[in-house]
Amino acid sequence: MTTTIYVPCDTTARSLGADAVAARLTRAAERLGVAIQLKRNGSRGLFWLEPLVEVETAAGRVAYGPVAPTDVDALVEAGLFEGRQEHALALGDIEAHPYLARQQRLTFSRIGITDPLSLEDYTARQGFAGLQHALALAPQDIVEEVKTSGLRGRGGAAFPTGIKWQTVHDTPAAQKYIVCNADEGDSGTFADRLVMECDPFMLIEGMTIAGLAVGATQGYIYLRSEYPLAHAMLDEAIARAEAAGYLGENILDSGQAFHLEVRLGAGAYICGEETSLLESLEGKRGLVRAKPPLPAIEGLFGQPTVVNNVLSLAAVPFILDQGGQAYADYGMGRSRGTLALQLAGNVERGGLVELAFGTTLRELMESFGGGTRSGRPLKAVQVGGPLGAYLPQSQWDSPIDYEGFAAFGGVVGHGGVVMFDDSVDMGDQARFAMEFCSVESCGKCTPCRIGAVRGVEVIDRIRAGERAEENLALLSDLCDTMVDGSLCAMGGMTPFPVQSVMKHFPDDLTPRQAEGGR
Amino acid sequence: MSHASPQAADTWTSAQIQAVVDEHRSLPGAMLPTLHALQDRFGHIPEAAIPIIAEALRHTRAEVHGIISFYHHFRTQPPGRHVIQVCRAEACQAVGARALEAHAKSALRVDYHQTTADREFTLEPVYCLGNCACGPSLRVDDEVHGRMDAAGFDRLTAQLSATVVEVK
Ligand SMILES: Cc1cc2nc3c(=O)[nH]c(=O)nc-3n(C[C@H](O)[C@H](O)[C@H](O)COP(=O)(O)O)c2cc1C
Ligand code: SF4
Ligand code: FES
Repeated sequence: MTTTIYVPCDTTARSLGADAVAARLTRAAERLGVAIQLKRNGSRGLFWLEPLVEVETAAGRVAYGPVAPTDVDALVEAGLFEGRQEHALALGDIEAHPYLARQQRLTFSRIGITDPLSLEDYTARQGFAGLQHALALAPQDIVEEVKTSGLRGRGGAAFPTGIKWQTVHDTPAAQKYIVCNADEGDSGTFADRLVMECDPFMLIEGMTIAGLAVGATQGYIYLRSEYPLAHAMLDEAIARAEAAGYLGENILDSGQAFHLEVRLGAGAYICGEETSLLESLEGKRGLVRAKPPLPAIEGLFGQPTVVNNVLSLAAVPFILDQGGQAYADYGMGRSRGTLALQLAGNVERGGLVELAFGTTLRELMESFGGGTRSGRPLKAVQVGGPLGAYLPQSQWDSPIDYEGFAAFGGVVGHGGVVMFDDSVDMGDQARFAMEFCSVESCGKCTPCRIGAVRGVEVIDRIRAGERAEENLALLSDLCDTMVDGSLCAMGGMTPFPVQSVMKHFPDDLTPRQAEGGR
Repeated sequence: MSHASPQAADTWTSAQIQAVVDEHRSLPGAMLPTLHALQDRFGHIPEAAIPIIAEALRHTRAEVHGIISFYHHFRTQPPGRHVIQVCRAEACQAVGARALEAHAKSALRVDYHQTTADREFTLEPVYCLGNCACGPSLRVDDEVHGRMDAAGFDRLTAQLSATVVEVK
């Protein structure tokens, strides 16, 4: 009998040695004359357990992790190929693990279970059921279903997806486009990457449904160049979907067409901003465009264009399959459905946590995250990427939803949660926020381009003890100028992390020599 | 793919450049795909490519320069045998990226955007590799490495230096 063994193939598992683990397992099986089939599944997103090896047994899959390459021989000796559970790394049924069992995985229902490039695996678990349903609907009815779901853009701005689609649907044009924003530039985020590396057909399906809804026949995935593995997976998935008739001139013999292509970015954070992204796709420098016109009316090559984040599009197959209401049944207030939270930074159990809106940060960081990796007390958490505020302890108990966070100046953004222990110097973090903006500004407007450079200088002066009071006031004014005078959120929100440090961690923004080494 | 071991970097002919450009020029929004293809093939975008691109895509040379310099990914100088990108972003900072970057610079005796004297390594900053739960992260060519520290960095660079150039 052949035993199926799973070794994840995503970037994180591989960054921790999954390929070497797979090679050693193969060698051990050959040596012992055991017949195994090694499958490279996606990651389940429990990153502290990667590489997470699973073995198919009569009683279901059993897991081991984290498995270092050097653990393989001992694990095999302790009966890994038979699924025996005596070894210290044995985890049993991983789906019963509280970290997974307590999640509400609507979008990430397949990751880690399937072979990302297997159409058979995909369709065996509801894959393309949403597309089949959409093909039987009128375009307006697809849009209605998305409106019913209450889905709001997961890329940062939280704009209602159904309304955006309606605008593109209602704007007549010979050519319309679906553009997937896969620039995922925020530090602390990897959910888009997981979709693309571990369940790429879901994104393809979501984009195809979007095309049917608004009358677009061409789609582009604008992918950051920092994700070479996602690139390879997407290219292969698109080729297979085309060959099987899920993409192309005549989708599933419906007479409807949708073509899809991956385009690579080139290491510019600002190209995640949708108008900068469109400029870049058109082959130009990624300078932000003034709005209006909205991309939904004049987008790529001047045509009506849906620009949506990977996660927004990846939520669509579920919505079309199970109904918009089934999605809307999760969540709180005006934040419907689930949010892919990403636990990162100094965290003991980092990974992907998909939950309905409404959990608290504390719950997330403590009962899922297990506190810091260093074991030291948590000091601050940055939610929502480099433009998000640093939140102190007093703000960890409010439920995570768009309105609730906005009320105290927080940003949910793309759902990244970056944890810092008490060894962090928040003055360094404030400085970095300005430095990052100075590196990544598109340069179109002065408050951002010049302000960020000045911001770094002023913070350096404060920390050097040069007229600290005066320079703190200057920093405060500079922040206000950037917030008020910037064309886009790059310049407009870079002050958020800086202001949060000034407000909640003022002791870290005093002259450094006075601090006495930590 | 991005740094997928460019075949014999810094050797190119105008005819080869022209061929790469011709292969991509008819795409809608051909500029970035063209630049990527050139860099993938030659390791960098040779100065000699600029007039060829400008001509094919109907831009001025200055515009082409402007586009190349806007994007951090594109380089106009040949890199070392391996490109090492150290993640400088927040989630990696939270677990020691600042120390790792300082170590990388001093161990290789270069600053960012520089190549070691033996032309083995080019060091670059990167802002997130999507490996943020297992940092500090760095990327060598197309491979990402997690939970890096100074000792891991030294082991990695020693291994890379030891591998002989593959003769294809
Ligand atoms: C500086 C900046 C960077 C951004 N980066 C991203 C990004 O990497 N990915 C993304 O989906 N949206 C990003 N956005 C948000 C996009 O502009 C846009 O709101 C989003 O792509 C719309 O899709 P959604 O409605 O599905 O969220 C960024 C915005 C700004 C201002
Ligand atoms: S705020 Fe900054 S990034 Fe945004 S348009 Fe202005 S200069 Fe460009
Ligand atoms: S912040 Fe370093 S990999 Fe994301």
